[in-house]
Amino acid sequence: MATMSDASPAVARRSVVAPGPMALAILIALFLALFLVIPVGTVIYVAFTEKGSGAFTLVNFYDFARTDLFITSFWNSMYVATMTVVLASMFALPLAYLTTRFEFRGSGVVQMLGFIPLIMPPFAGAVAMQLIFGRNGTVNLLLDEWFGFKIPFMEGLNGVIFAQAVHYFPFILINLSAALRNIDRSMEEAAQNLGCQGFRLFRRIVFPLAMPGYVAGASLVFVKVFDDLATPLLLNVKDMLAPQAYLRITSIGLADPMGYVIAVVLIVVSVLAMGASAWVMKGRDYATVQRGGGGLAQRPLGRGQAVAAYAVVGLILFLVLAPHIGLFLLSIATVWSFSPLPDAFTFAHYERVFAESSVFIKNTLLYATLAGIIDVVFGVAIAYLVLRTRLPARHWLDWTASAALAIPGVVLGIGYLRTFFGVKMPDGTSLASFWIIIVLALAIRRLPYALRACYAALQQVSASLEEAAENLGANKQRTVRRIVLPLMMGGMLAGFVTSFATAAVELSATLMLVQSTSDAPLAYGLYVFMQSPAGRGAGAALGIIAVVLVAVCSLISNWIIERNQHLRNTRT
Amino acid sequence: MSASHGVGIEIRNVNLSYGANHILKDVSLSILPGEFFAFLGPSGCGKTTLLRLIAGFNQADSGDVLLDGQDISRLPPWRRDVGMVFQSYALWPHMTVARNVAFGLEERRLGRTEITEKVSAALALVGLSAFADRYPSQLSGGQQQRVALARTIAVEPKVLLLDEPLSNLDAKMRVQVRRELRDLQQRLGLTTIFVTHDQEEANSICDRIAVLNDGAVQQVGTPMDLYQHPANLFVAGFIGTANILAGHVVATGTERAFQIKDGVSLPLPAGSAAPKDARIVFRPQHATLEPIGTQGLAGTIVHREFLGATVRYGVDIAGSEILVEAAFSSTSSLREVGSPVSVAIDIDRAQLLGT
Repeated sequence: MATMSDASPAVARRSVVAPGPMALAILIALFLALFLVIPVGTVIYVAFTEKGSGAFTLVNFYDFARTDLFITSFWNSMYVATMTVVLASMFALPLAYLTTRFEFRGSGVVQMLGFIPLIMPPFAGAVAMQLIFGRNGTVNLLLDEWFGFKIPFMEGLNGVIFAQAVHYFPFILINLSAALRNIDRSMEEAAQNLGCQGFRLFRRIVFPLAMPGYVAGASLVFVKVFDDLATPLLLNVKDMLAPQAYLRITSIGLADPMGYVIAVVLIVVSVLAMGASAWVMKGRDYATVQRGGGGLAQRPLGRGQAVAAYAVVGLILFLVLAPHIGLFLLSIATVWSFSPLPDAFTFAHYERVFAESSVFIKNTLLYATLAGIIDVVFGVAIAYLVLRTRLPARHWLDWTASAALAIPGVVLGIGYLRTFFGVKMPDGTSLASFWIIIVLALAIRRLPYALRACYAALQQVSASLEEAAENLGANKQRTVRRIVLPLMMGGMLAGFVTSFATAAVELSATLMLVQSTSDAPLAYGLYVFMQSPAGRGAGAALGIIAVVLVAVCSLISNWIIERNQHLRNTRT
Repeated sequence: MSASHGVGIEIRNVNLSYGANHILKDVSLSILPGEFFAFLGPSGCGKTTLLRLIAGFNQADSGDVLLDGQDISRLPPWRRDVGMVFQSYALWPHMTVARNVAFGLEERRLGRTEITEKVSAALALVGLSAFADRYPSQLSGGQQQRVALARTIAVEPKVLLLDEPLSNLDAKMRVQVRRELRDLQQRLGLTTIFVTHDQEEANSICDRIAVLNDGAVQQVGTPMDLYQHPANLFVAGFIGTANILAGHVVATGTERAFQIKDGVSLPLPAGSAAPKDARIVFRPQHATLEPIGTQGLAGTIVHREFLGATVRYGVDIAGSEILVEAAFSSTSSLREVGSPVSVAIDIDRAQLLGT
């Protein structure tokens, strides 16, 4: 025993100086420093310094607080983010509860349909929603004709809230469904046994137990909406924080400090929101499916209940899928204005998009693929360093990479512009206008998701499997290549797809960084098209292409992952 | 907490199937007021299903459950007033110990002061008064088990159902907790049903046991009854260790014998009625090892296990192995593996059972 305890610190000390992992860690640290820490640090630095002299000052924040427009924008952003969480919860809660806790036919389909809004750029959906829910959209035209009144679904901030809720509610749906599935049936049965039932049972037992999942999803939605740039901009809502930051930088210039101050405010609110949710969830990891437990209880629905349930689910699905339907109609419509449905149909928009704008599609595939690969490579490397080595400060790599989650795209865009604008390429152009910068911004933005997927995948590979390989003579590199990576394949692929799919429809950072149309990705092209009434048909066609692209990629990877798992299950 | 008067439970001709799976087959049982009763059987025998049926979590296809003479078959779980302690304890992780225990009382709309009193009384009863403000995750397995028990008895249910309550505890705790369970049950006089697959647990604390196998009741009786007079081969083999030998009864004149193989037979006492294709069943301690050549069945010792107070020998007799237990006194009295012996069976304590 004594020799054992003497030996282990020595082993630890030896692995500290292992050159391979050390070099890898330094490489990752450099990457994160260059493309995350320094750009964001620059933004914060500029916000706190005097224009011209570079001396420390708080006067920029004083100016911010003194400007009515900024204060209004701040409260508007807060209001929109909060109301979006409320509305998104109203969409997600019934879907999650009905499909997980009841014998609900078609729950798989509902869960899948509920996922679809995530793979469409929210601003693309926003235009389609104008046509369906807007002042002169399908629903209001019909309401006016039948009942003589209109509902301002899409007026001002309402439109942003509605569009964002439709786009982001899957985050709540996914987290809440997972949490509900993790509640062991004995939790409910014990309450029933003590005399509790119906809505009281939901309020006292089921919902509190699902709370951590709900909070995780809701805080993510809050932060995403608070930071989002493209949707308000496209709906012509300018008095919100992210659009203000964008407008200051693009119209007044990179030297104007107000854009940086707004960026700092965005970061602070994001960090606070995430910190608050982490604090609320602290010590509340209620994984209640346990030994001797009964698994998931799915209750049957009565006849009346079933009718009501299907009606609710149908209405919600109509609301959240309306943008897709609208976008599709728009993409094949000749003219669609002041009428419930388009006047006539055509494929001209698709022809135009393929003839003029295939460069957008090509760019998107290139950028999203590169970003996905970068994310998986760095994700696996960081996960391996954290979980399998005793390198000092290895957790900092994890924390830094994950911190990107709290950095709004518009802030990263501003940071890149400021940091790399002065860096000249060999041919004399600025590094900030090189398309690789867009890829790096996308990669940094999506790294936290890929990292979590890789992390989970590596955690599932038991260390004894590696030890067995080393025991049989394989060195570290060969063990990683022959044992670890093959076993992590499913998780890596999942990480790649999340990165790829979300990078393909990302616009916040891209909007700042695209310097010429020939370098622009699909989301940017869509944004440009959507700004003119004549371009809407083509924009819609491009949007449909984006949705199909992402959906096909997700389906393929899903298929590969499931096949992989199936193989592994049959093998063991 | 006052001792309540236990009520009887009557289970009448209960059948239950999941699709083509016949889980419970015409089960009828009568549990007396105040009795500590066990459902004992191997996993998959339907014992937990039967317990959940009493609690209302499973519905019988036919048959009734009567509580104190009242048919409760059609009542939902929350109106049955039968307390159940779950195998997983099912403590709600978002509530403190006190809130967990108060839950059922709150559902019964009792007054605030009354709830506080009953919660402290229930926690005092299980010796956990100091833990009222802890969360379940801060308690050990044994403490969680006692909270689950306190939560159930706080509502003073008519009967107490325990679903494998000891299975998540380590061996030492199990012995302690089962004794506490018995003491508590005696003090409260509460009719209690205890589901287990462990015969030692059932034997040590229960008044009567129903042995279940394959969805049907095999035998009901006191632990000693079941051990001494098993009704069939399943019960004989499941309760305790038994030697079960195939053979048939042969009669020569008035002499009757149980023939195991050609040339190997046991004389039977006169008047013992036996089915034709019977098995002879006897316990290892009802046979003794004698020097070879003396009366008994000749065989060879093939293995030996030292169990502490006793030594168990496996003796090969014409191809079948018989277990014989002898008290252990000293190493000098041990017999070696490979040595020939004669096995004498106390035929008065052996039983003939039909297949």
